Amino acid sequence: MTESEAKNAIIRLFHVYRNYGTKNALVDVTLDIYKNEFLFISGPSGAGKTTLLKLLYFAEPASDGQILVDGMNLSRIPRKNVPFLRRIFGIVFQDYKLISTKTVYDNVALVLEAAGQNRRFIQKKVKSVLRTVGMEQRLHALPPSLSGGEQQRVAIARAVVGDPKIILADEPTGSLDADAAGFVFGLLKSFHTRGATVVIATHDRQLIQRSGGRVVHLNGGRLVETPAI
Amino acid sequence: MSLYLKRAIDDIRQNRFLNLVTIVTIALSILIVSAFVLFFINTSDLMSAWKKGVRIMVYLKSSTPASEIPALQQQLAGMYGIEQVNYIPKEEALNLMKNQMKRQSSLLENLKENPLPDAFEIRMTSATQGWDRLEKIALQIENLPNVDEVEYGRRWIGRFTNVINLFTLAGYALGTLFFMAAVFFVANTIRLVLYSRRDEIEIMRLVGAEDQFIKAPFYIEGIIQGALGGAIGLVALFIAFLFISSSVQPVSGAQMLQVRFLPLPLLAGILVSGMIVGWLGCFVSLKQFFK
Ligand SMILES: Nc1ncnc2c1ncn2[C@@H]1O[C@H](COP(=O)(O)OP(=O)(O)OP(=O)(O)O)[C@@H](O)[C@H]1O
Ligand SMILES: [Mg+2]
Repeated sequence: MTESEAKNAIIRLFHVYRNYGTKNALVDVTLDIYKNEFLFISGPSGAGKTTLLKLLYFAEPASDGQILVDGMNLSRIPRKNVPFLRRIFGIVFQDYKLISTKTVYDNVALVLEAAGQNRRFIQKKVKSVLRTVGMEQRLHALPPSLSGGEQQRVAIARAVVGDPKIILADEPTGSLDADAAGFVFGLLKSFHTRGATVVIATHDRQLIQRSGGRVVHLNGGRLVETPAI
Repeated sequence: MSLYLKRAIDDIRQNRFLNLVTIVTIALSILIVSAFVLFFINTSDLMSAWKKGVRIMVYLKSSTPASEIPALQQQLAGMYGIEQVNYIPKEEALNLMKNQMKRQSSLLENLKENPLPDAFEIRMTSATQGWDRLEKIALQIENLPNVDEVEYGRRWIGRFTNVINLFTLAGYALGTLFFMAAVFFVANTIRLVLYSRRDEIEIMRLVGAEDQFIKAPFYIEGIIQGALGGAIGLVALFIAFLFISSSVQPVSGAQMLQVRFLPLPLLAGILVSGMIVGWLGCFVSLKQFFK
């Protein structure tokens, strides 16, 4: 790795491990992710993709090794700074994690409310983002009344509404047909074009082939040279 | 702020039953405690009115020579804590008695000799209205020469003071108990609400909400519960007060004093302590939940 690449890394992992009891979900993962990169993390089910993303936004601590995100060392991050770490990311969770008792609008607005934005700005921004993902007609719907693809789009809207530096998407096309997957992929591409770093965990090979971005492969918790799928 | 308020109200609406139970519990606690406060302020009104009216009557031996009376009066007037000493000769006492008895005064007409003793009526300064002081002074007077008997509302006032002290103590104990019970109930509601919303709270944290942002609506919810419970409890007390005072008034008589409801600052204080209960309940359960 060259000096300039190191300076450009927004996420750095050094010999990262994550164990659940005796189960090793991640083993000795060393990886740099660069600013404005469009990166795929591929691998079969159970390879550790979700676990890797969780360590980045500090849902869980690494069992060993070091993780740097935007200059912050996660092994030494004070508890009170964790919310600020999470605002660096926009996250599309594998299971969406929408709040089922709140409307589409409120789910998306939550990110900006938590960041202390003023109400007028929030209204404008949330509506414009929901328009971008094609959900402006369903502002007042509750998530359980939406189809999987619609929930996916709301989840993406919530991930990008705060203009995050990094977008983490966990199987963003997992439950979608080809058309819907293409639409979602196009959205992620457009946020990348606007300057965001995009990290996508997926085992969707079509999606990967279409993109042309860098791909790293996980298998059994380790980074491997050749894909296992 | 308005955002937190909206979230708190949404929350109360979504957990109506739990909130209702808590509000009723707080209302009952406030009702019971403030009933004690009400009782206390009215009895202490009564007590201070009685104490103000407390006189020491000093009856003289019939053998007392008239020439020694002015000296005795001066001596009494010079004692600490005594404001005023009136001499009441036995003739005047008899007239007074006749006036008071009116119809039966004919009984007194036929008396050959005045059976009443000469007396002093003593009024105390306000500093000596404490019960112990009064007793001490009475004892001193009793030991003076020529004094036959000293009379004051000894037994019944003393006993009444004891009863009131007992009630005050019980009031404090019950107050503390109900305060803790109410805090416990609020803490429990909020804990249940937190539990039912744990996924939502987790999601909030994942999208970068700080603990304060998540907690604030719960505090508002607790304070609203406390305020509503407090208001309902006080209104219930007021209604009960109207009923009871309308039946008590004629008995206690116009001569003594009006029974009164809690004064405004005390009402405000009780309402605020209801809110403190709500806040404290939240504090306890949030502390636990956010470890
Ligand atoms: N909380 C946990 N407790 C115990 N084991 C876990 C936990 N989370 C993940 N694992 C295990 O770690 C391994 C990696 O899981 P992970 O969710 O990262 O896989 P993945 O690559 O995201 O799979 P998928 O494509 O199915 O989402 C799996 O074997 C899983 O069973
Ligand atoms: Mg996964």
